[in-house]
Amino acid sequence: MYHAIVFLPLIGAIIAGLFGRSIGAKASEYITSGFLVFAAFLSWIAFFTVALGEGETLRIPVMRWMESGALSVDWAFRIDTLTVVMLVVVNTVSSLVHVYSIGYMHHDPHRPRFFAYLSLFTFAMLMLVTSDNLLQMFFGWEGVGLASYLLIGFWYKKPSATAAAMKAFIVNRVGDFGFALGIFGVFVLFGSINFDTIFAGAADFIPTEDGSGGDVVLNFLGWQLDRADALTVTCLLLFMGAMGKSAQFLLHTWLPDAMEGPTPVSALIHAATMVTAGVFLVARMSPIFELSQAALTVVVVIGAITAFFAATVGLVQNDIKRVIAYSTCSQLGYMFVALGIGAYGAAIFHLFTHAFFKALLFLGAGSVIHAVSDEQDMRRMGGLRKHIPRTYWMMVIGTLALTGVGIPGLYFGTAGFFSKDAIIESAFVAHNAASGFAFTLLVVAALFTSFYSWRLIFMTFHGKPRASADVMHHVHESPNVMLIPLYILAAGALLAGILFHKQFFGDYYDGFWQGALFTLPENEIVHEFHHVPFWVKMSPFLAMLIGLVTAWYFYIRSPQTPRALAAQHHGLYQFLLNKWYFDELYDFLFVRSAKALGRFLWKQGDGRVIDGLGPDGVAARVQDITGRVVKLQTGYLYHYAFVMLIGVAALVTWMMLGSSF
Amino acid sequence: MTDWPILSTVTFLPLVGALLILMIRDDSSVGRRNIRNVALLATGCTFILSLFIWVSFDNQEASFQMVERAEWLNTGIAYHMGVDGISMLFVILTTFLMPLCILASWESVQKRVKEYMIAFLVLETLMIGVFCALDIVLFYIFFEAGLIPMFIIIGVWGGKRRVYASFKFFLYTLAGSLLMLLAIMAMYWDAGTTDIPLLLNHDFPESMQFWLWIAFFASFAVKMPMWPVHTWLPDAHVEAPTAGSVILAGILLKLGGYGFIRFSLAMFPLASADLAPFVFALSVIAIIYTSLVAMMQDDIKKLIAYSSVAHMGYVTMGIFAANAQGVQGAIFQMLSHGLVSGALFLCVGVVYDRLHTREIAAYGGLVNNMPKYAVAFMVFTMANVGLPGTSGFVGEFLTLIGIFRANTWVALFATTGVILSAAYALWLYRRVIFGALEKESLKAMLDLTRREKIILYPLVALVIFFGVYPMPVFDVTAASVDNLLNNYTAAIQSANDLARAN
Repeated sequence: MYHAIVFLPLIGAIIAGLFGRSIGAKASEYITSGFLVFAAFLSWIAFFTVALGEGETLRIPVMRWMESGALSVDWAFRIDTLTVVMLVVVNTVSSLVHVYSIGYMHHDPHRPRFFAYLSLFTFAMLMLVTSDNLLQMFFGWEGVGLASYLLIGFWYKKPSATAAAMKAFIVNRVGDFGFALGIFGVFVLFGSINFDTIFAGAADFIPTEDGSGGDVVLNFLGWQLDRADALTVTCLLLFMGAMGKSAQFLLHTWLPDAMEGPTPVSALIHAATMVTAGVFLVARMSPIFELSQAALTVVVVIGAITAFFAATVGLVQNDIKRVIAYSTCSQLGYMFVALGIGAYGAAIFHLFTHAFFKALLFLGAGSVIHAVSDEQDMRRMGGLRKHIPRTYWMMVIGTLALTGVGIPGLYFGTAGFFSKDAIIESAFVAHNAASGFAFTLLVVAALFTSFYSWRLIFMTFHGKPRASADVMHHVHESPNVMLIPLYILAAGALLAGILFHKQFFGDYYDGFWQGALFTLPENEIVHEFHHVPFWVKMSPFLAMLIGLVTAWYFYIRSPQTPRALAAQHHGLYQFLLNKWYFDELYDFLFVRSAKALGRFLWKQGDGRVIDGLGPDGVAARVQDITGRVVKLQTGYLYHYAFVMLIGVAALVTWMMLGSSF
Repeated sequence: MTDWPILSTVTFLPLVGALLILMIRDDSSVGRRNIRNVALLATGCTFILSLFIWVSFDNQEASFQMVERAEWLNTGIAYHMGVDGISMLFVILTTFLMPLCILASWESVQKRVKEYMIAFLVLETLMIGVFCALDIVLFYIFFEAGLIPMFIIIGVWGGKRRVYASFKFFLYTLAGSLLMLLAIMAMYWDAGTTDIPLLLNHDFPESMQFWLWIAFFASFAVKMPMWPVHTWLPDAHVEAPTAGSVILAGILLKLGGYGFIRFSLAMFPLASADLAPFVFALSVIAIIYTSLVAMMQDDIKKLIAYSSVAHMGYVTMGIFAANAQGVQGAIFQMLSHGLVSGALFLCVGVVYDRLHTREIAAYGGLVNNMPKYAVAFMVFTMANVGLPGTSGFVGEFLTLIGIFRANTWVALFATTGVILSAAYALWLYRRVIFGALEKESLKAMLDLTRREKIILYPLVALVIFFGVYPMPVFDVTAASVDNLLNNYTAAIQSANDLARAN
């Protein structure tokens, strides 16, 4: 069954990719989508048998991969609760996106290629989440990167799209640089990169009572690291990979640009699945992360900063997809905070619910874009509620879930209410050094989230139409093939919280995860977070309300206020609008300087120094000397005679003097 | 067929083809066609025959197999051939790439077809000979003689600056080889034999090892090429005809790496251990420096040539990391690079045959009218970047993990190569393949012909196959590499013991 779940998408991708032209676009669409729907169905069966049923950790070998010295890696599946949760997320969203794309990409001439890429992506993502070792994970990791590259650059005629594709791949590679080093570190520490061995070996690394880490086990960059420090370094390197893939602060710049891709791609890759791979990585490696408080603190800090930073940028963006992209970035920050404070269950829970409502928002946005003739700027939308009511209501549901609407104290609310509030409350009770900092930023970010989400709804659907009459004339509701996936996701966005919160991060935690997430015995956060003061429970709710009211005031009640505010705080507005100037900074620091350095090394290093002193220099000297020697041959007899005479004189002198010693 | 001299047959079969071609007149188009057919047939048969070497190869056996030996010159120098896990696959790589080269030159070479094909067939014999030779003098002869056909191929069938490039190539490589010849003589005086298996078991005095190591290094580093003696390579590649580039990148560069493993690491372990930091430094500089330089190139072939230098940096680094992952990774990286860089040069050849320029700026938007080409080029680009699932990844990963165990600083800097390689390779791809098809000159270009598909598709398949299932290579190399490393560590161990005892 697991073979089918993982390899069906690959088969679909191969069929659509190689034979798409001969079997036609329709057949490619139906084959890939059909395989995916079937795989999703199987995934849910797996979810019920493994996570909610008896499941114990399964290991299913497929084939040998590499064997060199002590390094031995197989292609193999590891099936536990964490895997099946991810299987459900990936295959459900992917199958819905496949179906949705049949409608959305209807006019595109390259549909077989598009569906082949989508299925290829799904395959790579499945390899990632089912992997039994770090290397197969890395395969999936880079494989989704490739698919993301291909899909962002799907409209290859647009220079901006191909540039964004390249940027996404390269920035991800910066993260992968860390990930790769992390894998090497794990290999040195544990002698293997298979999860079973790593998790079993992690017991040796549990911090000792006196805080000393024991003997030196790793020499990293000249530092002699004991067990504890070596583990911290390794975790941080792995986390760097997670930062790249999950677009965390400093390595986030590729995600907004990735919106150049078709919208279903944004929903699948850049919201629900691929970007959560970093969260999955840390959760999967929880047996070693849990042992390093220092590494976890870094995770918390980066997560909190990302949640806050991305939310501030999201406040002022005008591109409908970019707002959601920054929102994704911010929500990923929430997940990392949860990981960092040891609430792995809450992180995965948020990943799970977020997949539903964020995919819903993206696909809804796609439906809007579809309706208004491919316009993405919200300043040229407005008043669409009457024209596309179904899309409107779906977007509202997505927003309710994202902003976490629910009744505090009672277990009743949308999916985001359960998962996000669990993270915020956990941050309050956590014992991590940075948890206070994280709690504050997360609450503020919750306020911003609510503001930009409702701003999006109000600007797009309410008020007077700002699009041209021609565009407004063509506005139409999307076909059912696009709407039905929205309904299904909306159901998930509303119900996923109520149904599953006890399993993911509540009373049934142990029975559900069955050890797939590792926590130290003293980590009691899953019980403690229920007992927070009432004001803490209320704070995300209030933040949400304030955001909503402000957005309503700014964009419905008095639409001139935001403009006045932007003019009043021009510097701040520009700072946010330009995303804290990260692109400019990186362009200056890395892109330009690398190019300049490359040119310098080529022209000066290779050209002048090496060739100049080496072959060209030697050749020039040889020519020089031969040139002079030629000059000696004057052709005049008395010149030669004179030289001979001097020579004879010198010889005689030398013999006389030499013999006298 | 144990007594059948299969290695000599494989080695000299191309020469038979060359003799046949010598007898064909090339003044008619029929004659030229026959010449091409004979060359293709000879290389094809050689390849098929060479597969029998692989089939009858015993993976468990660490020492040399299929050994042939005949006295020669009555001086102790023998005609001694044999393969082990380290050399065997290079023979296969050579025989595999040759027919593709002949096919790639099918239409692009029109002048002096006869001499061209003869040069290639002679080159093949010499290259196979290098990997099979078990006598160091025999090795040297094959090694040096290989220079001549390559020199001629670049100098006669090359581009505009072919004479400059061929002389640069010749001077650089010759300078290194002379030192190696001296070292070979010194080894003969010390060990009293030129037999490689015997030399492998001979302990050279430590002081001597240093100088011998340096002399061999001079030769192999140029061949590799390592920074800073790499500048002949971009020029040679740019001027060489497509097939010449393929052989140059695919096989000739591997002689350096093969030599490092066979001679430097195995015969001079103490010097290798002492000088490893020096090699690491050069390797890391090569990876970063040439990647940056590659990024700024505006000639496609030059860009790929520079990226070859960077990839060879992983190889030297892996070899001198001197652990199983490092050495096996280095061997794999060389084999994979033989396929990938060969394929990339073939890809350049495809568009060069159509437009007769290698300027990146002259291209753009090829995906619009050459989708099949775009796919093949994408696969090779990704393999060049080292994407998991392609053969490029396996070698890169193993050499890096090997070096991480040896020295984390080196690993840290070398790993930045994964970022830089993505930058230059994807940027190249974007400028050549992506975009709208706007340039008039490109609009008439057709997608891959049948001949080009026959050349490129097997490479696509192999690059992916060895990325997903590299075990056939590891199975072959494991025993020999283990043996080599055991001897290496034993030699260093005993030297340390000796030092402590004194």
